[in-house]
Order: sequence, then C-alpha cells, then structure tokens
Amino acid sequence: MTVQVPVSAWSVFDPESRASRVTGTSVTVRGLAKSFGETRVLHGLDLRAAAGQFLAVVGRSGCGKSTLLRLLAGIDQPDTGRISFGDYPAAQARELARLMFQEPRLLPWASVLANVEVGLGPERGAAGARERALAALYSVGLADRAGDWPSVLSGGQKQRVALARALVSRPCLLALDEPLGALDALTRIEMQQLLEAVWQKERFTAILVTHDVVEAVMLADRILLLEHGAVARDISVDLPRPRQRGSAAAGRLEERILRHLLRADRREAQ
Amino acid sequence: MTELVVRAADTQSGATRAWARFDLSGSAGEFTVWLVPALIIVSWQAACSLGLVADSVMPSPAAVLAAGRHLTVSGELPRNVGISFLRAIAGLAVGGGIGFTLGLANGWSKISDRITDSTLQMIRNVPHLALIPLVILWFGIDEGAKLFLVALGVFFPIYINTLHGVRTIDTQLIEMAESYGMDSRALFRHVVLPGALPSIFVGLRYALGIMWLTLIVAETIAAQSGVGYMAMQAREFMQTDVVVLSILIYALLGKLADTTARALERASLSWHPAFQKK
Repeated sequence: MTVQVPVSAWSVFDPESRASRVTGTSVTVRGLAKSFGETRVLHGLDLRAAAGQFLAVVGRSGCGKSTLLRLLAGIDQPDTGRISFGDYPAAQARELARLMFQEPRLLPWASVLANVEVGLGPERGAAGARERALAALYSVGLADRAGDWPSVLSGGQKQRVALARALVSRPCLLALDEPLGALDALTRIEMQQLLEAVWQKERFTAILVTHDVVEAVMLADRILLLEHGAVARDISVDLPRPRQRGSAAAGRLEERILRHLLRADRREAQ
Repeated sequence: MTELVVRAADTQSGATRAWARFDLSGSAGEFTVWLVPALIIVSWQAACSLGLVADSVMPSPAAVLAAGRHLTVSGELPRNVGISFLRAIAGLAVGGGIGFTLGLANGWSKISDRITDSTLQMIRNVPHLALIPLVILWFGIDEGAKLFLVALGVFFPIYINTLHGVRTIDTQLIEMAESYGMDSRALFRHVVLPGALPSIFVGLRYALGIMWLTLIVAETIAAQSGVGYMAMQAREFMQTDVVVLSILIYALLGKLADTTARALERASLSWHPAFQKK
C-alpha cells in the first residue's frame, strides 16, 4: 500500500521551520520521593534539564529509573516532591509529556495508522488527525505500512510505530523507558540514529532511561547516574554530533561511567 | 467458570486450525468437508433400499426428502421453521444482551462485580432445563416459556466469556491508553471492547449450541408450533420420516448459525494472527 503524505503535513516535521525555536520544556524535579509499600524507590531526587536537552539516566536494575519516568509522565503520583515543566501549569503534564515504553504496546486490533493516532490523545478525532499521524509515520520511515496490522511488523518496526505515536502530539518532553532494550544490536543502532535525528529536528526535551552505557554516551548531552533512588553523578557529554561510534573519547567516557557503576556495586557488596 | 471458558477456548483453537487448513487447500478442502456427510447419506439410502432397515425404524433419505417436499408445499414446514427460528433469535437477543452487558459491567467495575457475580455463579450451577416445570407453571406453554428458557440458557456462556475477555485485557495497553490521554469512553471503544471480542465470540458460538438444545427440549415438551412440536405430532401418527426430517432441520439450523457466527468472527477479528490469510 502506498500512502500519499500531503504537502501541508510535511511542514510539521520540516527542519527548516523548526530549527529556529525549541519546542522542549525545561524540567525541574525537587525532592521527589516514592515508595511502594515498604520499599523506598526514590527519595529526595533532584533533577534539572534545560529545554531541548537530551538526558540519559543510567543505573542498575531497581534503582528507580522507571519509577522516575512514570512520575514524569504523570502515570503515577509522587509521595512528596515537585515536578515542574518550565512555565506550564503542573496539571498539563499529561499533554506535555509522552512516555515511550519498554514494549511497543500497540493495539493489535488497530492499523498502524490508527495506532499512531492514539498518540494525539483527545485530538484523535479532530480534522487533520490522519494527516498528522501519516506525517509522524513518514518521519520514522514507515508511511508505506500505514494500513498494516501491527502483528506483521518486526520488533524494530513496532518500536518505530511507538515512537511515531509518542511524537505525533509534538510533546515538550519525551520520556523513554529503555525502548530499545529488546531489539537486536543492528536494529538498535538504527533506532538510536533515528531517535537522534528526530530529536534534532523537533528539539523536544528527552529523558532516556537505559542500561546501555554506550547508548547513553552516543545520544545524551548529560548522563545521570542513579543510585538508591537519588542522583549519584551528573556527567556532561561534550562530544560533537554526529558522534563517532567507538571513538577514543567516547570510549574513555564509557569506561569512566562503567567504573563508577561497578564501584557502587562493590560498595554495596561489602 | 474456568472450566467452561477453557473448554470453549479449546473448541475455538481447534476450529481456527481447521480454518487455516481450509484456506490452504482451497476448493479441494471445501469438498473434503462434505465427503463424510455424503458417504453417510449414500450408505443410509443403500441400507434402506436393500431392505436392511425397516421403514418404520428409519425411513430412507428419499422418503425424508419426499416428506420435506410434501410439508413445504402444504406450508407447514416453512411456518414451523420460521417460528422456531424467531424463538431462537429472540431468546438469544434477550439472554445474550443481558449476559453481554453484565459481563462488561462486572469485568470493568469491581462494585458491579461484587454486587452481582456471586449470585450469578450460584444460579449458573442450576441446569436451566431443570426449571421447565416451574416455567410451565409460570408461563403456561405460550411464547414466554420458550423465550425465558432460551434466554437463560444463552445468558451464561456469553456472560462468562465476556467477563473473561474484559478481565484478561493486557493492562499495559490500558496504561498506555490512559497515559496518552484516552478518556473512559474512548478506552472502552478502542481498547476494552476490541480486546474482549475474541473471547466474546467463543461465548457466542457456545451459546448458539445451547440455544438450539434448549429450544428443542422446550418445543417437544410444551409447544403448539415449531419444529419440535412438528416432530412430536409426527410421533403420535408414527410418521418416522417427519421425525427424522425435524432432526435434520435442527442440524441444518445449527450449522447455519455456527457458519454465520464464524463469518462474523472472521470479519471482525481480521487483525488477529489466527485469522489472517497466509
């Protein structure tokens, strides 16, 4: 099936019209705490991301990374602490932020295009919704699969549809919960490049939770190391983009982060 | 409850596999399906023609066909089939409608579930045909009795499978939909209902079987029209051919209902990997 992307829709993802301004919002988190029963997952977490920044959050399993994202996306509510998005009122979190999950979470009974339209939220039925969804699909390179069922897509393609769904409402903040974790190595690299490309075009603020230190170094402006529910290290990545995979500078940085993570591990073991 | 669901699910997956083979083998597959019934009819006719079975025990297919032609011309057969069909559909609509609504409500709302589910589970364990004496006392032998019994019979498979369908919807999808700003109406239409549909269809096909069973029993015991009544009348006059004809008509009606349900299922579940053309 071939799909015509209307010219008017192109401007939505056209770098020329977007590069001049930043759509992202700054994110400020103060004293965030969240417990599940007896387990304190986050306590006293502070975080600040500038508008349009790409932030990576790295840490061991169970350090509270995913919980942080769920709080940012407004799925869960914090016990104490505050999250604010630039000048926007706090109640708007759900419209401003989009969470991309570890799994694609596509509706199996809806076409690829209808799945992307889900990302428009309450505007789903509005005029032009279809065109916007098509444009988003086009930007992840899947416009020709608009009419397919999700079940015929590969894992990487499903995650690209999920990315289009997250982007179609043009969020100010995109929270990514290890969305590439389940992909094979090559697809993963392609997805990282795609993610960087759309982020550079759209300039939303991105917060990526990942296990993969290499991925964090490839994509992020800043890397936060999370330990025991709080930020243990804040490392800025001053490598020019596009970044060279496997460059010496990147390697040194990866080495530093890994050493820190392992040291934290040893301390825990003692 | 689980037993019923699992058994129904088994039949469905078996049917699905059969369909997959169907599509692969094309028109040859279509022919194989009718091979066994055709063989049975041929040997049946042969046994009757050779005088191996007495006519009063088992009339030949030709005799049954002749009885069918005769009753069609007199108008008796179309009238009775029409009445039985209407009773079945009305009972299915009433019982299935209530079962579907309660299944959705109890699958979705904890409060509704707490209020009604345990009562329904108690009633479910009473075989609905055991109520026939009571139903005759209540409704006599008019249409109300048949409608009540059929509705009660189809209620439970539809209720239980709808409930099961709603309860087993992937919570990750619901979480996604909520975080992407779907209100509860949109959530119901785009996530809950389509997610529960495969299970609802299992319930429907199971209910269709119970629908015919209940109707046959009700019509043979207390009725003044319908296919079951026609069979009972024929028994009085020793018209074995009409009795056999009635049974065959029930088989055909049952097959028709199942085929319709399957076609509906395939049309509305085209997203499901099991129903996609290979």
